Amino acid sequence: MLIKQMSVFVENTTGRLGELTRVLADDGIDIKAATIAETVDFGILRCIVDDPEEATKVLKAKGFTASITEVIAVELSDKPGGFSHVLEILAKEQIGVEYIYSTIHSKEGTAAIVMKVADPQAAADTLQKHDVRTYKMQELLKLGE
Amino acid sequence: MIWNEAIECADRETIESIQLERLKKTVAHVYENVGPYREKMDEKGVKPEDIKTLKDITKLPFITKEDLANNYPTGLFAKDMGDIVRIHASSGTTGKPKIAGYTRSDLDMWGECVARCLAMAGATKDSVVQVAYGYGLFTGGLGAHIGAETMGATVIPMSSGNTQKQLMFMQDLKSTHLCCTPSYALTIAEAAEKAGLKPDEITLQGGVFGAEPWTEGMRNEIEKRLGIHAHDIYGLSEIMGPGVSTSCSENAGMHIMEDYFLPEIIDPDTLEPLPDGEKGELVITTIGKEGMPLVRYRTRDICYLTHEKCACGRTLARMSRVFGRTDDMLIIRGVNVFPSQVETVISRFEDTLTMNYKLYVGREDNKDTFELAVELADGLAIDDIKFVENLRSRVDHELRSILGIGCKIRFLNAGTLPRSEGKAVRVEDSRKL
Repeated sequence: MLIKQMSVFVENTTGRLGELTRVLADDGIDIKAATIAETVDFGILRCIVDDPEEATKVLKAKGFTASITEVIAVELSDKPGGFSHVLEILAKEQIGVEYIYSTIHSKEGTAAIVMKVADPQAAADTLQKHDVRTYKMQELLKLGE
Repeated sequence: MIWNEAIECADRETIESIQLERLKKTVAHVYENVGPYREKMDEKGVKPEDIKTLKDITKLPFITKEDLANNYPTGLFAKDMGDIVRIHASSGTTGKPKIAGYTRSDLDMWGECVARCLAMAGATKDSVVQVAYGYGLFTGGLGAHIGAETMGATVIPMSSGNTQKQLMFMQDLKSTHLCCTPSYALTIAEAAEKAGLKPDEITLQGGVFGAEPWTEGMRNEIEKRLGIHAHDIYGLSEIMGPGVSTSCSENAGMHIMEDYFLPEIIDPDTLEPLPDGEKGELVITTIGKEGMPLVRYRTRDICYLTHEKCACGRTLARMSRVFGRTDDMLIIRGVNVFPSQVETVISRFEDTLTMNYKLYVGREDNKDTFELAVELADGLAIDDIKFVENLRSRVDHELRSILGIGCKIRFLNAGTLPRSEGKAVRVEDSRKL
């Protein structure tokens, strides 16, 4: 139920993100979702890729500080209240959300949202109990195919 | 192993009698043969025969880097060019290079000094010494070389650079000792790790590192990553080159080759001598050199001395690690800052930061700007901004408490800063004052 997200430290200089994605492209890595948390002088790129172990390895070899973080990917119904429904379930169980972003593809009528929570396994179990679907890694990668 | 026990473990009385005899000889030699010395001494009203005890050295005038520049190229040579067999020169980054000339006997003395240093690092005639200091006008390469040859060890004269080849020779010839700058030692360690070599697969046992100031933190890192004992070697091209002093296995300061170099510590402002244990500027008088003897040469290096016997058995006086050079000192917003202070702080964060750093000093709106760029350690997992900001505030706090001023801190991925093959460039000062 858990998704392996790659997190990479990136200096905030023009062209640096391009260098990073070029390394991934040259290794045939496909990016399925991405977001950046930015500050004045650096950012942290978080992304879902089709082979996170390989992507982390190839970036590390180029000197990037890259690592894998476990997150969950949740299917929401694409209508008003779909998102708040999920957040309310988590809040009721005292599960705080650190950050979220959406994937590029999703199933018709739904949205797929990546979420970072303190205890992803507990969050996935809780959501399952409430009939909210969390994707397996393979399922997430297949969206849009 | 002690290379020359008769000297290195001699009692104080013996050392001082050698020093006095050689000091008298040196002063007479420069008074007679070097115009600028004679003028300086006449100006102070001191004659060679006024030197009756070692304490009388304070009657003599100082000689400085400016004197060397004013007498460029060979105005301070005390021998004819016919007797000079070798020339070396400083890099001359701060003006004209400082030229030094060596007689045959000077080279023998140099070989003896560096052999003692290598022995302190555990080398013997059966050792394989890889010299990765630059060869040429710089004294590092040929200085380490002559010491290893004097010892009868096998020398690999690699010179600096070509790190892959350094690794290949190190493995194939089973080098036991490495001589280079500490920053280059780290570059080699990094390349060894990239090549998948573990510290116990590296045959090196000891390293003799110098030619740039370094910290205890950097020593620990080199020792850990290369699996060796790291020894500090000190020298200046105008004095001789590496081999003036070295640290033994006790790592308790560097033993000065006192039968050739007479050390003093002075207050750089008042020029008054300072006692053992007090930090000040190191002043050296060469008492064995013929080609270009220097009497009371102000090194600009800040350290302190001790004359206590070392646990290794040697009685030679020891100098502390060099805390910085008065020339390296940056004055930022009116505060004195040495790059080595910043390095000390970085070394306290060994799990998160590396020793690859650079300081940028500039000027904006008539105010000094001061920035530290430092590479993050390998294998860190960074997923949130808080981690980085927390690290930044801890480093900032430590820097402020040591330097007394704040510093902008920028973190970089590994490999972003250029790697050193010789003396690392740690400071970029773009102020136009």
